[in-house]
Amino acid sequence: MDMKSLYLLIALAPLAGSLIAGLFGWAIGRRASHVVTILGVAVSAVLSLKVLSGFISGQTEVFNGSVYTWLTVGGHEYAVGFLVDKLTAMMMVVVSCVSLMVHIYTIGYMQEDPGYQRFFSYISLFTFSMLMLVMSNNFIQLFFGWEAVGLVSYLLIGFWFKRPTATFANLKAFLVNRVGDFGFLLGIGLVLAHFGGSLNYNDVFAAAPALANKTIQIFPGVEWSLMTVTCILLFVGAMGKSAQFPLHVWLPDSMEGPTPISALIHAATMVTAGLFMVSRMSPLFEMSDTALNFVMISGTITALFMGFLGIVQNDIKKVVAYSTLSQLGYMTVALGASAYSAAMFHVMTHAFFKALLFLGAGSVIMGMHHDQDMRNMGGLRKYMPITWITSLIGSLALIGTPFFSGFYSKDSIIEAVAASHLPFAGVAYWALIIGVFVTAFYSFRMYFLVFHGKERWMENHGAHHGHDDDHDDEEPSTDHHHGLGPNDKPHESPWVVTLPLLALAIPSVLIGFFAIEPLLFGDFFKGAITIDALKHPGMHELAEEFHGPVAMAVHALSTLPFWLALSGVVVAWFFYLKAPQIPAAIKQQFSAVHKVLENKYYLDDLYFNLFAKGARALGTLFWKVGDMLLIDGLMVNGTAKLVGVFSRLTRKLQTGFIYSYATTMIIGVLGLMTLWFAGIILR
Amino acid sequence: MFTNLLSLVIWTPIVAGLLVLTTGGDQRAPLARWLALAGSLAGFLVSLPLYTGFNDLNGGMQFEEMRPWIQALNINYHLGVDGISMLFIVLNSFTTLMVVLAGWEVIEKRVAQYMAAFLIMSGLINGSFASLDAMLFYVFFEAMLIPMYLIIGVWGGPRRVYASVKFFLYTLLGSLLMLVAFIYMYFHAGKTFEILAFHDMKIALSVQMLLFVAFFLSFAVKVPMWPVHTWLPDAHVEAPTGGSMVLAAITLKLGAYGFLRFALPILPDASRELAWVMVALSLVAVVYIGLVALVQSDMKKLVAYSSISHMGFVTLGMFMFLGTNMNQWAVEGALVQMVSHGFVSAAMFFCIGVMYDRLHSRNIADYGGVANKMPIFAAFMMLFGMANSGLPATSGFVGEFMVILGAVQVNFWYAALAATTLIFGAAYTLWMYKRVIFGDIGNSHVAEMKDVNKREFLVLAILAITVLGMGLYPQAFVSKMHLSVNDLIAHVAQSKL
Repeated sequence: MDMKSLYLLIALAPLAGSLIAGLFGWAIGRRASHVVTILGVAVSAVLSLKVLSGFISGQTEVFNGSVYTWLTVGGHEYAVGFLVDKLTAMMMVVVSCVSLMVHIYTIGYMQEDPGYQRFFSYISLFTFSMLMLVMSNNFIQLFFGWEAVGLVSYLLIGFWFKRPTATFANLKAFLVNRVGDFGFLLGIGLVLAHFGGSLNYNDVFAAAPALANKTIQIFPGVEWSLMTVTCILLFVGAMGKSAQFPLHVWLPDSMEGPTPISALIHAATMVTAGLFMVSRMSPLFEMSDTALNFVMISGTITALFMGFLGIVQNDIKKVVAYSTLSQLGYMTVALGASAYSAAMFHVMTHAFFKALLFLGAGSVIMGMHHDQDMRNMGGLRKYMPITWITSLIGSLALIGTPFFSGFYSKDSIIEAVAASHLPFAGVAYWALIIGVFVTAFYSFRMYFLVFHGKERWMENHGAHHGHDDDHDDEEPSTDHHHGLGPNDKPHESPWVVTLPLLALAIPSVLIGFFAIEPLLFGDFFKGAITIDALKHPGMHELAEEFHGPVAMAVHALSTLPFWLALSGVVVAWFFYLKAPQIPAAIKQQFSAVHKVLENKYYLDDLYFNLFAKGARALGTLFWKVGDMLLIDGLMVNGTAKLVGVFSRLTRKLQTGFIYSYATTMIIGVLGLMTLWFAGIILR
Repeated sequence: MFTNLLSLVIWTPIVAGLLVLTTGGDQRAPLARWLALAGSLAGFLVSLPLYTGFNDLNGGMQFEEMRPWIQALNINYHLGVDGISMLFIVLNSFTTLMVVLAGWEVIEKRVAQYMAAFLIMSGLINGSFASLDAMLFYVFFEAMLIPMYLIIGVWGGPRRVYASVKFFLYTLLGSLLMLVAFIYMYFHAGKTFEILAFHDMKIALSVQMLLFVAFFLSFAVKVPMWPVHTWLPDAHVEAPTGGSMVLAAITLKLGAYGFLRFALPILPDASRELAWVMVALSLVAVVYIGLVALVQSDMKKLVAYSSISHMGFVTLGMFMFLGTNMNQWAVEGALVQMVSHGFVSAAMFFCIGVMYDRLHSRNIADYGGVANKMPIFAAFMMLFGMANSGLPATSGFVGEFMVILGAVQVNFWYAALAATTLIFGAAYTLWMYKRVIFGDIGNSHVAEMKDVNKREFLVLAILAITVLGMGLYPQAFVSKMHLSVNDLIAHVAQSKL
């Protein structure tokens, strides 16, 4: 099989599964639907692994070719096509493998759901879209995949479409993403307009160096660097998709969707599309320090301030969601520091351990009979041992415990930012350092609340059967799920759920150790990621200090991040297991701060009142005043009335009486004669 | 090989329509329906060779026919199509077929007359697109108003009289000025109504300006452009489903086509001078109307406003001048948008019609949770809603994308304002979808709704295939228009002073 057919097969296999389950799921039933979709994704996963191993062993060449011509305009061809290099191959493996795990997990998680086939169809469609996105060799297909994953995300957040909160969340997610796409599309427009008329990556990157000093006038008379404007607009797209401040507001709400897709889409893969895109565009971003600074600022705010929000959440999924936001912020900061490889490295490790944490949370939720409130949990380790161990592994990886995968990627990011020479890097560095403590604190707050301590589901019975009144309004009002009954105990999940947990735990521990050297300091990303080493020497400096993964981990024991992470764990242990009265007292003492955090810095309210309500007010104004009053009332019906009035007047002239006609005639004749006489006299 | 193909395309539906009329009263309604289906199918089939037999390498007129008609005034029955008009004839014949299926058992009164009106109108519309003689064009263009007037006035909703009169007067007033312009050009060109002769004559700028205003009033009403758009929401709301489908899919396109066939090539200098006005009005349509669509409580009105907003992209793309040149991305984007909007708006109106047939309400508030009772329908409407929001892989994306990318080359802010449709388009479409389709079953009426029947499924499926097909392979349409568009751009680039 030639490579093109192979890549086509990788992309299309999940699509085929999706179409079969989606169009004929009603006929072939549940079992056949999950079999066919899992088969499709398994084909992609196996072949992707084969491609990646081919790249690692050096047998596979970079592939860049088109499949079919989508459009021709002005002599340029715009084709659907693939660019598969090591960067793409890595993403393909991450996407297809996590997707495969999530597919298997779904068999257990969704087994009672009436929309079973639909769900499998959606997640396979997502896998197809995401693969098309990462495998694209041009901007148009990138945008295709970009919007397609957004569509599936929309469909899946609103999967339980009866819940008002779910359909609110999915509309919000789609629209916020569209704001990002607005910038993204204009960025693509600038690329088309100024980079020679092609939208193929290679042509654009080849044209870029000559445009380094080109300026354009967005505002008349003000010259801005083309590269800066283009890159910032493209990054606005990434801000939407990868949920960076200030377009991050959709991601926490997206937890309305079933947990498997929170793992797949809203943690491991789709939200990393923006980061992947920026890495792919590194030849452009490298030419604008302004854009890189912009990226770094956005990432810094996200990394730190979203972490704070994770501390006050009581919904287990929300904690993991804010942790995802914060980690995406870390990756974005790395992009800003020109450490694209470190960002992609963290994308990969994060995909595994965050998918693990989400699926673990999902397993807990199942064990708790679809209760998501951590205040009703506690002591679950006895009842759900596999979930417990794997969740612990995921948490340790997340907080950056030496030798775990998250340690290598996160520490590399922090080091890279420390080595960056951008003006904002100093602030970013300290924000990330503080973030380490915050991450450890909220992660282990969750861990201790869920798996250790008192078994609170016994005592809280009445409370969670009704509705917790101090919950925020996104708390899902479950339809057929009720939480544990009076005589129920939490139970470990079936093997289809625990197997993916175990499978994901392995890379969560190991992948960092083995991958760091080739990925960051070898030439794995050579040719895929471009760094201007003269302007941004950070990664080179890091490479000189790197003496192997073991040395790195050992050295880390004497550094600030490690001790901060450790103290985060200890404080969490003390607060939530030893002295639970302390956090309550702090909450009392700093109730104003707590309120701000609980209300997510009031950004949602601001956006809703300003944009959603504002647009409706403006629309009403245009409609009622512009269309109905001015155009229709004054102009259209006004004209009609005027014609009416005029015809009424003229009608009065046509009285039908001989004498009135005669009078008019005589007056007319007299008038003409006057004119005639006047003419004679004047002459 | 096809000598009189265009005549066949024009007269087949008209003759079929007259035949349907002979079935008379409603006691023979089934016969009328089947006859109408056969006629519209025949009309569609005879239009297909226009596409398959079209020579991509020829930018000029093809399938030409020429017969004298009124010799004293040198008016000829002169037909021909280029890569632009050909697409719309096929689109129109296709839409007519959909309309006949859409009205099948929904229309119970005066079935023969209803079907006949659509068939005859279809032929007249084909005639307008195929005319190469200005007088012939005018006759078809005006004659088309009559069946549409009747469709709204006879089979329409409660305020049908107001709506149909408004529609009729609005469009008639505009086109009278076009007639004046034609008569002026007739004398100026040496007593001929040949459109292609009009294309080649020199006209002073001041005269060009006046003629442009005349054309503008006629075509802008049809498109419709802000601020002469208010007839459209009223007409749509009162029109039966089929009427809305044709109105949105085809008749609006005639206005835009008029700009392309008459205003731009005959009056290139005035077009350039006044391009900024056209651009401004188009952008108002995109932004202002987009916001107006957001606050509609009537589904049909919402989609009607969304039509105006989408047509804003068409006029925007046509008047996107870079120096003296029209921008190829933008012009072809405008044309793609026209075809795509034909599919998508027809589908949207059909979807609303399907729900209306069950609940007899167009009010968003009367629905809620339709997906619970009509899952298949909900899936189709999601697809069309996404196409209406311009999602890639649907036809709705291609045109908007091309126009926006063309606009960036001309002026960043044109593009930025146009690109707000990404947000507004999604907002008004999906918010409506959320309130109508999602949620728990809203009331007892919704609880009694039944999912689509076979006929409805057929229409939805065909439209879904076209929407996806055009989104995945727009080249099939664009390759036909390249050379004609190139010719047009080259022609418009030359001053006629």
